[in-house]
Amino acid sequence: MIATRDSDWTKMFNRRAAILGGAQAVMVATLVGRMYYLQVLQAERYRTLADENRINIQLLPPPRGRILDRFGQPLAANKQQFQVMVIPEQAPKIGQTLEILSQLIDVPDHERERILKEVRRKRSFVPVTIKQNLTWEEMARIQVNAPDLPGIVVDEGLTRYYPLAGGASHLLGYVAAVDEADLTGDPLLQLPGFKIGKLGVEKIYDMQLRGKGGTSEVEVNAVGRAIRELERHEGEPGADVTLTIDERLQRYAAERLEDESASVNVMDIYTGEMLVMVSNPSYDPHVFARGATPAEWKALQTDSHAPMINKSIAGRYPPGSTFKCVVALAALEHGVAGPEATVNCPGFTTFGGRRWYCWAFNQPTRAHGNINMVQAIAQSCDCYFYEMARRLGVDRVALVAKKLGLGDITGVGLPNEQKGLMPTEAWKKAATGEPWQPGENLNIGIGQGQVTVTPIQLAQLAARFANGGLAVKPTLIKKAAGAEAPQLESLGFSPQNMAVVHEGMFEVINGARGTARTFAKLKFTDPERKGWTMSGKSGSVQTHRITKAERDAGVKKQEELPWEERDHALFIAYAPTEQPRYAMSVVVEHGAHGSDTASPIARDIMMKVLEYDPSRKPRVEEDVVAAAPAMTGGGAIAPTSTAPAPAAPVKPAGGDGHE
Amino acid sequence: MSDGFYNARLRRGDMAPTEKLFQLSWSLLFWVCCIFAFGFAMLYSAGGGSLQPWAGPQLVKFIVGVGVVLVVAMVDIRILLQYAYVFYGLVLILLVVVDVKGIIGMGAQRWIDLGVITLQPSELMKPALIMALARYFQGVGIEDIGRPINLLVPVIMTLVPVALIIKEPDLGTALLVLMSAAGVLFMAGVRMWKFALVIAVGLGAIPVIWPFLHDYQQNRVLTFLNPERDPLGDGYHILQSKIALGSGGLFGKGFMDGTQSRLNFLPEKQTDFIFTMLAEELGMVGALGLLALYVIVLIYGYSIAFRCRHQFGRLVAMGLTTGFFLFFFINIAMVMGLLPVVGVTLPFISYGGTSLLTLMLCVGILMNVHVHRDIQISMRGGIDF
Repeated sequence: MIATRDSDWTKMFNRRAAILGGAQAVMVATLVGRMYYLQVLQAERYRTLADENRINIQLLPPPRGRILDRFGQPLAANKQQFQVMVIPEQAPKIGQTLEILSQLIDVPDHERERILKEVRRKRSFVPVTIKQNLTWEEMARIQVNAPDLPGIVVDEGLTRYYPLAGGASHLLGYVAAVDEADLTGDPLLQLPGFKIGKLGVEKIYDMQLRGKGGTSEVEVNAVGRAIRELERHEGEPGADVTLTIDERLQRYAAERLEDESASVNVMDIYTGEMLVMVSNPSYDPHVFARGATPAEWKALQTDSHAPMINKSIAGRYPPGSTFKCVVALAALEHGVAGPEATVNCPGFTTFGGRRWYCWAFNQPTRAHGNINMVQAIAQSCDCYFYEMARRLGVDRVALVAKKLGLGDITGVGLPNEQKGLMPTEAWKKAATGEPWQPGENLNIGIGQGQVTVTPIQLAQLAARFANGGLAVKPTLIKKAAGAEAPQLESLGFSPQNMAVVHEGMFEVINGARGTARTFAKLKFTDPERKGWTMSGKSGSVQTHRITKAERDAGVKKQEELPWEERDHALFIAYAPTEQPRYAMSVVVEHGAHGSDTASPIARDIMMKVLEYDPSRKPRVEEDVVAAAPAMTGGGAIAPTSTAPAPAAPVKPAGGDGHE
Repeated sequence: MSDGFYNARLRRGDMAPTEKLFQLSWSLLFWVCCIFAFGFAMLYSAGGGSLQPWAGPQLVKFIVGVGVVLVVAMVDIRILLQYAYVFYGLVLILLVVVDVKGIIGMGAQRWIDLGVITLQPSELMKPALIMALARYFQGVGIEDIGRPINLLVPVIMTLVPVALIIKEPDLGTALLVLMSAAGVLFMAGVRMWKFALVIAVGLGAIPVIWPFLHDYQQNRVLTFLNPERDPLGDGYHILQSKIALGSGGLFGKGFMDGTQSRLNFLPEKQTDFIFTMLAEELGMVGALGLLALYVIVLIYGYSIAFRCRHQFGRLVAMGLTTGFFLFFFINIAMVMGLLPVVGVTLPFISYGGTSLLTLMLCVGILMNVHVHRDIQISMRGGIDF
């Protein structure tokens, strides 16, 4: 019992307790209301947010497909490597982290700028590559210091590997990091360190080689560490691309060129398959795969030998004397001269009030005298072809030249292929507004003046002569085994006329007075190939006009001139003459005389080609260089072809396979 | 055995220990055990399905706590009354010691290491202050309370420890202590307008106090006002907490299957944010269940206060009940984004020894009031045997 005097207090207490209780009831109701709002009304939204929190969708980069040679040897493959990356969201002070890292491994300043730029561009959980191709030592140093390097991870990945290094880099191109301009919406391109083809085959067949990315849904915790994989969709590995190139010959040709600024192209005259495509000097494609430094870039861009340019398809040269084959055929086809008709060469021709010299003028004999077509080709008489060109006029030469593939791209399938130029009277009028001068015909006659060709056009030209006038085109991609050989159209030249040019080209190398008799003869001794010969045509092109004063003072020897002023040396050839199968072109920039510089290169490579005979013979096992074990490639989807090349149409006996 | 017999016996205050045991509110203890069972399960889940590091040690502390409840409940309430000031004084000294140590240690100091147990005096201050205030108001009539001079002492008694706790700094506990004390004053009969005045002055003082708050305290308030202000910094906790709660939905993701807590998106899941984890894993159903248990304990507190026949017991019971209410309300409101993150744990659930033992002490005192509800206490608090 509480005393009565306390009853007022008790009333007050009860009243206030009721107030307090009521207030608390309201507050509890608020909690319940809030709970209902969050857990029932907004549940769906928060469920989504929770999933976004915990699920990271990661792209799985597909292994890039390999590029193989005609026998399945890798020209480009993938090699295991270690790279260090930074995950921005885990590196709160990224600048500081990079600072510490650069004390452990070399991170140049420009790289640091690139990294910070990428970090800004990409989402914070996307790792950014800092450096690739780490050595074991570098990797160990990073691992040991891992606690001081928040957000830094070392990742194992694949890097592009080119067994021939620079030996095929113009042809294959290279892969490099994705530029902003390359972003097409393919999420793969956002992946750190993802490489795409930037040039050559790597670029053209990029989509095929690239494959399709897979995805992996990974549950991650608050600091982004993957806890477990929830779901995985495998992508498709990139498909292999098989080229027509023979790795052995490509390697040999690249080595044979040594330091020359040159291009060599070898093709099958019936299938058009390119066996060799070398442009020298070259660059190391691995430099781009890891990322070229500005200094390396500058060196490549400013080199006078233009290592970045694929001379085979993008180098334009006057064809010089190699063009005489074209002029000879044009003369025969248009009936302006018979094979036996002679032209007198006194060492020069007078036309348009000035003298047009023959190269013989500078030789001890001073002149060729009376000379017929076969002799003119063999001895490369300028006077003879001045006369032929004068009789023909440029347009009739151009008709034949264009049939032989000059003045247009061959369509071999590489980017930046140049057309070269086969001028006509109409072309000049349109291009310059000036009428064609009769004197220009004479220049055209010896492959100088406005006419320019690319080395691959020259190889195609040689092939079209060699196969007796069939419209063969060069190709780089090997057709699947069993595919039918393409039916080649005839260009419509007379077999008799072709035979005359063939004879001339045979004499160039094998004749007593042929211009290339010294260096270009094949020297087989084995019973199978003994007696095989090569036919061809040399050429040298002035890159520097000889002035009157210089001629009067006595023309300098090429060796005395500075490199830039020396003539370009050219050579086209096909072999074996008896049953031709392979055609080639060799262009050596500033290599002086074609017969001296280009022809021995042509001979050596052609001998190697005939030895392997890749169009007809499978690769012998002993020759197969075991592929490096670490190299892996794409899937097995690609049509690998180690089978022998499709049987080529055998040239009919009689020597002139005109169909 | 009639009621009268017991009432008379109880009034005399000389019950034998066995009789007291009989008088204990075992059902209250049962509900407390139910709440703890929730907490134990959650700590087990937070530990990744293991008794370590939290659930096992907490169980040991709880068993000790049950002993504390039984002992405290059976002490004669007049002894509690007699030593209320002494207890308060001791805790106050400990608070000063902690602050001094904190100054020396150049950092936040909230506990004293007694070797066997680390003690957080600020926690102990809750029951100490409530009892001291109730002691002060024992026998004070409404008329006396009306005189402002009589309020000076209790206000000082309240503000000194609150100031010390803020200095630690432990804003959450300071608030709890302050508001529990306010509850006692309110129940003692202090005029409403005086509370209104204090609240008005307090609000007015915010701009003055603001610069003295620690950066992290300022940030917490700012973040509360706008959680998206800094989603990866201070807003992160509350945002992740809301995501966890919301994604739990009505029935939850299942015991031990909370992704937000399991994957550590949820901070402090074993202490301040344990309610979030519970709501994520057991859903709104589980959260309501826990809330219902709290309300049951609350109702026990009220009914004990009503049934008590002396002012001291009533004020103590109401003070403890109010404090308990604020305790869980602030925590739950905080994790649901209704209040700023102030660092208040969830009673009986969160991991932490001092907090649990203090709570058990409070339960003991509450039960003590229940046991001694009919004891006669003289007007001025003397012992009237």
